[in-house]
Formats: sequence, C-alpha cells, structure tokens
Amino acid sequence: MSETSFDVIVIGSGPGGYVTAIRASQLGFKVAIVEKADLGGVCLNWGCIPTKALLRSAEIYHNMQHADAYGLSAEPSFDLAKIVKRSRTIAGQLSGGIKHLMKKNKISVISGFATLTAGKPAPTVHVDGTAFKAKHVILASGARARTIPQAGLEPDGKYIWTAREAMTPDTIPEKLLVIGSGAIGMEFASFFSAFGAATTVVEMVDRILPAEDEEISALARKSFEKRGLTIKTNTQVKSVKPGAKGVTAILSTDGKDETLEFDRVILAIGIVGNTENMGLEKLGVKVDRTHVEVDEFSRTGIPGLYAIGDVTTPPWLAHKASHEGIICIEKIAGQSPHPLDANSIPGCTYCHPQIASVGHTEAQAKAAGHEVKVGRFPYVGNGKAIALGEPEGLIKTIFDAKTGELLGAHMIGAEVTELIQGYTIARTLETTEQELMETVFPHPTLSEMMHEAVLDAYDRTIHF
Amino acid sequence: MPIEILMPALSPTMEEGTLSKWLVKEGDTVSSGDLLAEIETDKATMEIEAVEEGTIAKILVSGGTDGVKVNAPIAILLEDDEDASVLDGYTAGGSAPAPQAASPSVEAPKPAPAPQAAPQATSGDRIKASPLAKRLAKEAGIDLASVTGSGPDGRIVKADIVGFTPSAAAAPAARTAAPAPTSQTTEVGAVRSGGADYLAKLGVAAGTYDLEPLDGMRKVIAKRLSASNNNVPDFPLIVDCEIDALLGMRKELNAQAPEGVKVSVNDMIIRAAALALKAVPAANASFTPDGIAYHKNADVAVAVAIDGGLITPIVRHAENKGLSTISVEMKDLAARARDKKLKPQEYQGGTFSISNLGMMGIKSFGSIVNEPHGMILSIGAGAPTPVVKDGELAIATVMTVTLTCDHRVVDGALGAEWLGVFKRYVQSPITMML
Repeated sequence: MSETSFDVIVIGSGPGGYVTAIRASQLGFKVAIVEKADLGGVCLNWGCIPTKALLRSAEIYHNMQHADAYGLSAEPSFDLAKIVKRSRTIAGQLSGGIKHLMKKNKISVISGFATLTAGKPAPTVHVDGTAFKAKHVILASGARARTIPQAGLEPDGKYIWTAREAMTPDTIPEKLLVIGSGAIGMEFASFFSAFGAATTVVEMVDRILPAEDEEISALARKSFEKRGLTIKTNTQVKSVKPGAKGVTAILSTDGKDETLEFDRVILAIGIVGNTENMGLEKLGVKVDRTHVEVDEFSRTGIPGLYAIGDVTTPPWLAHKASHEGIICIEKIAGQSPHPLDANSIPGCTYCHPQIASVGHTEAQAKAAGHEVKVGRFPYVGNGKAIALGEPEGLIKTIFDAKTGELLGAHMIGAEVTELIQGYTIARTLETTEQELMETVFPHPTLSEMMHEAVLDAYDRTIHF
Repeated sequence: MPIEILMPALSPTMEEGTLSKWLVKEGDTVSSGDLLAEIETDKATMEIEAVEEGTIAKILVSGGTDGVKVNAPIAILLEDDEDASVLDGYTAGGSAPAPQAASPSVEAPKPAPAPQAAPQATSGDRIKASPLAKRLAKEAGIDLASVTGSGPDGRIVKADIVGFTPSAAAAPAARTAAPAPTSQTTEVGAVRSGGADYLAKLGVAAGTYDLEPLDGMRKVIAKRLSASNNNVPDFPLIVDCEIDALLGMRKELNAQAPEGVKVSVNDMIIRAAALALKAVPAANASFTPDGIAYHKNADVAVAVAIDGGLITPIVRHAENKGLSTISVEMKDLAARARDKKLKPQEYQGGTFSISNLGMMGIKSFGSIVNEPHGMILSIGAGAPTPVVKDGELAIATVMTVTLTCDHRVVDGALGAEWLGVFKRYVQSPITMML
C-alpha cells in the first residue's frame, strides 16, 4: 500500500465507518478506512450480530422446552461451546463480507491504530509511522463498555465480564449478577437465564429498561420475573470482590445493604467513547465525558475533521451511526441532506420478550407540551399471536391530539423488533392517524396490532 | 414587553417608503447600533439601526415591500429574558386577531404574488406535502402554495409549516421576479444550499468535483462584483507607458534608501495614481443616486491576493505621502492582509483602486469597478518592447495599463485626461518627487 493521499479517510470500520466509506466511494471520493482490529467494528464482531446469534439459540432452546404445547416432543439439551462457536462463525462471516464490500467499492483498508496531528485542509492521519493525507477525516472510532475500577467494576479475566467476555462464556454460571438493565444487560440476562442461570438484574433507577416507556418497562419486568429472573431496582452496587470461586457483591437498596454471592458478574453500565491516545486533545477537539461534540452535520469545529456514531452524542446505536455517516459525507459532497431527527431513530432490545420503540414515550410527549391520544392493543387480542403461542405483549401508540402526529410507538412482545419499522416509516413520511387507519394491514399477522393500536387511540379498535 | 420596531421617517415629509432589505433574520440577536434593514425612498437609501438590544422575534414586513407607512411596525424585538410565546397574538395570518388589523396605520405585509412563482413544491397542479404538513397548514390557515418545501423534491414537511412566516413566502417570490440569470449569479445563498443540485441541473455529475462551502470573503466577492457587473456601465481605456526611467529611479532610490525601505514599482504606481487624482479631481469621484461625490482625498485601494480570495487595503491620503511612506505602509497592510488581520476601516471605502498582475507576467487586463470607486487601474507586466523614437526603432520597457471607468461618473475624455497625467508621472518619475 503505497498510496498515502485520499479525499476521505474514515477511522473505524464499524457500521458508522464502513457505511460512510461506501457512500463516500459512491459519491466519487477516493476513500481509505483505518481499522485497528477486525473490519465491522464492535457491532459485527462483538455486539449486535454475535449476540443475536446467541439469543437465537436461546429462543430455539426455549421453544424446545415448550415443545409439548405445540404437540411436539423434544429432549432439550445444549452444548455451550457449539452455541458460542456458531456465534463466532457468523461474526467472522460478516466481517469477511465487509472486506468484500471494501474491495468492491475500491476502498483502501489500512490496518492499525490511527493518530491525528494538525494539518491542512484536514488533520493528518498517522498509522504505524506512515502519514496519510486527506481532504476530509471522519472519526468513527466507536465506544466500549464502561468500567468503574474504584468499585471493582472492571473485568478481572475470570469472574467479572463485560459484554465482550460474556459473548464467549466458558460456562453457564449457576448464579449470575447483571449490573445495569439497559438493552445490553437485559439481552445477556435473557440469554443466560434461558440456559438455566439464576439471574439477578440490578438497576439504579426505579425501573428496568429506563429509556423505554414506563408501561413497557413494567410489562417487561413482569414478564422477566415470570421467567424466574430476580430484578432489583433502586439498587446500587457498592462493591464487587472476586474470591476463589466467585464474586461477593454488596448491593444497597433504599439504604439497606445486602451481601450476595455470584459465580459471574456482567457489567452493562453504559459505554465510553474511544477518544483516547489519538491526539484529539492536541487538535483541540471538544470532548465531553468521553464523547466528541459535533454539530448536526457531524462537524467537530476542527477544519476537515468530522465525528459520527458512538464516539459522539447519543443515541448510541449502529443504525444511528450509519445514517449520521451518510448525512455527513453527503453534506461534504455538497448535497443537502436533512439532519437526523433523534425522535425518528428506532431502538430495539432483543431479549425475550422483545422490545422496540420510536419517538417520544408517553411521559416525554406530555413533558414536551403535547396533548396526547394514547392507543393500546394487547397480543392476546391478535389471532396470529395466539397461533404462534405468543399471547404476551402490547403495542402502544402516542398521537398528538391536535395534529394527529404520531409522536411515539412502543412495543413489547414477539417479533416487535421487525415490526417497528412500520411506525418509523410513518414518522419519516409524517403520516397522521388518518393514513395509518387507511392503510391495509395483512391478515393474519402481528402487524394487525399496529393498526389496532392506532384505531384504539381514537376509540375505534375492532378486536378488543 | 416585546418591542415593536417601527418604519422610520427618513425625512420630515416622508409618508411611506420601501423596506428594501433586511440585514438580520428572525432569531438573530442584536445590540444597540447594529444595522437592521435598508429603507429606501425615491430619494435615498438608509440603514436602520437597532436602538435596543434583544432578539429579532418576528419580521412583520418582508424585504422588498413597497409603500410601508411611516411608524408601521416592521419587526418585533424580544428582550433577553422574554420567551417567544408572548408573541402568540402577533402570528400573521393565524387565527388570533392580528395587531395589524387593529391598528389602521399599519400596512399588512404584501401577500405573496402568483402562487406558481413561489413554491418549489409545485409540479403541475400538485403541491407535494406530507399529510401532517397539510393538516398543520389547514389549521393555521396557511396556503400551501406560498410555502417552500424543504423535503425531497421540495415536499412540504412539518418543519416548513412550523417555521413559516409571510416574509419567508415573499422572499422566493421576489427572487423569481428578477430575471433568471441575475438570480443565479447574485443569489449566493441559493447556490450554497444544494450546490450539487445546482451543478447537476447544469449537467455536471456529482462526485466529479469537491465542493468547498462559501466563506464570508467569497460571498462578499461574489455579491459585490456581481452587483458591479450588473449595475455599473463600464468601459476600458488602454495605454502603454515606458518605464525605463521609473525603473532607473527606483534603483537609485533603493540604493540610497534607509535600512528597511525598499520601494517597489507598485509603490511608485500608487504615488503616480494619487498625484493624477489630485491633478484631475473630476476623476476622483463616486456615483450615488443623489449625485456625484467628488472626493477630497486620493484614498488608493490596492488589491492584494490572499489565501482564499483577495482584499483591497487602502493607502489613505496617498497624494500627501512620499514614496517611502507609501512603501512602508503598503508592506504592512499587505502583510496583515495575508494574515487576515486588517481592521474593517483599513479595507472599506477608498476612492480609487489598483490591481497589479504584472509580477505574474500578465501583459494587460481589465478589472471590474469596485464600487464606490469611479475607476480601477489594471497594471500589466513591464517588458522590453520595440518602439519608435524620433523615427528610429528602439527598445523600451513598456508597461500596458488599463483604466476601467464607471461611465456614470467618468466619461471617455475625462478618463483619457487622467490617464495622460498618470502616464506623464510614470514616464517622467522625477516629477513625482516634487
């Protein structure tokens, strides 16, 4: 690789970086991408995709355990090593796919860790002693699990895991403590409890999945507790100490301490942006609590330097990173993309039951000054859900009472992560309740509940 | 209390005037003394200054509106601690009673003319708008035809209705009223938003170029020179000057000059031009709609190429300054111009300009008049050239200069007279020393 001069250099090849690189190439730019590890970043290798593979195994195992309800018989058993191997193979396959995409789009892949120094018209990118110049440098260096070493909340290589270690477990622990009840925490709690781990989830605030609508949080809690999980809200972890065979944790609920023993602990207490050792401070890049500050078109304020995805502002989601990157590069190319509307970015959690949402929660909508109309439709009223043997769940819609704007949609139950896009399209096209009511949903599908939840907001629901 | 900004009276007899242009937009913060808008009567154009400080909450009369009565509210200013919600009653065209209707002296903003002229969203008879935008528009009583859509293909979306003001509607109408080529060259804003779309329509494919956003300087260059090209009836006068004597004198001067002073050919041209302006004061003039301004000083602006554009620092009172003063001053101005450290008063104004591309080997060229200057002198390269002297062929160093004149101020004979004096100074540089 003798080429050192490009139009665009993207640092990081996760779903933010590689998508941006491909779009840049489509726009006619000469593009390079820098990656210190495997192409695809955390998402493909250590996040979204491998966990979905693990959770699929958990789902099938759960169904096997309930085969009798469907008139089938099975003798469920599992091989953890094989489950993990399948997950790793899938990650490897997709990373290979990115390599192919880079080649197809004539994007130069530079392996190594990038550092930046001041330059014109954009900072100079250094990788392993070679200086690379570009007109535009896009930082997509991502994030990693947050740790708090002072409280013992950091991986010890054995008993205390972050998502990264939890993805390649050596064992299904008998007793598992999950700290943090966001999407990552609940997905691992779901996975390990499905295979028999007695799982305790600890959450600092008063409900699990605190980013979701309160009603959805409450339903999720009920559903998890029914499956045998122990959930402790309003609870802080005072300390975690590894011993000879496991971990001793001191939990504090409403000022009352409790000492408990666990075999493994999973830390899911948020993420921190990867902003260190790249020379950002020296360039004068503004970093607020490990995340780079940017404007609506991802400009950092340093000429020629942009930042997208997890290294910047929330929500920290792969699809947000990809879109942000596309908007950033299209703006650079002189097009007029619309800035991303944070309220139209859907969020999905792939635990069992699944959870998906877009836009305002009911509380947020009210706080924003909207007079709201709320519609609800339960899974138990839907024929397809009953036929699938998935009668638990709810779809909730929130409309502005005056304008009919779909302010938010919140779902819990089977396959909601595949359903939410319908409401996302509705939001993007700015449909009102009228068009949603006029839309024909196929029968019998789970999607009919999306129709009914709209009808219910206007007291017109048919099947409940 | 929101503060109403009223249409001022520019003269005791003025009853109404044209609000030609807003210099601020809604949401801008202004402090006392900031320029807000340009007001025009048939006699004069004046700028309105802010008296109070605050935020421009609403523009009630859009730029380009004729016949605005004196003392009619034209905008609303909010003080720092005030919330925009206090303005609910002011929403023009809203369901709330508009104050314009209550006050008989107020002229309501002109409705946007001919719907087909305004919106981009119109394609045939259909206006593209999202269902939510349609409903919001209906409730607010806004005609979709007067809204410019910001969505794909000009589709009107919620934000366009929420952010709609009558002035926003009038602006595109005014634009389309002008002849199309003018709007393309002078509407820098339109080119900037969606430069790729702009070029695509002209047949240049995206991805085959880099698009640099317009910076402030480029916008000023584009705006001022386009305006000059459109407004100023100019003509060139070309003359050859033999500069052997001037070069000889320069050499002699520099040999004896104190440490740090090195007079350039350009410095000598500045001096010659300034003296010529003093000798022919009729040519040291600016056009105004009210009359011709004859300047008392020769303030010579000199074009300096800098990173990303050019700027014209001014040697003030150049007719009273000696060569070494001009030289030192010009050196300082040029250096600070390149560092972008000039103060506005050092490059704004002036009475005459010089642009020199001689050092880059350009034989001769013409420049665009830099208003309000009445003339600009373009200096070509001095080169050995065969000339006829006393019936014999000889070689002289000849420099071709082009004087571009604003015909509204400087007619051909006057320009020629000035150029004759300039040439005399250049060819007999010793007279410059008097």
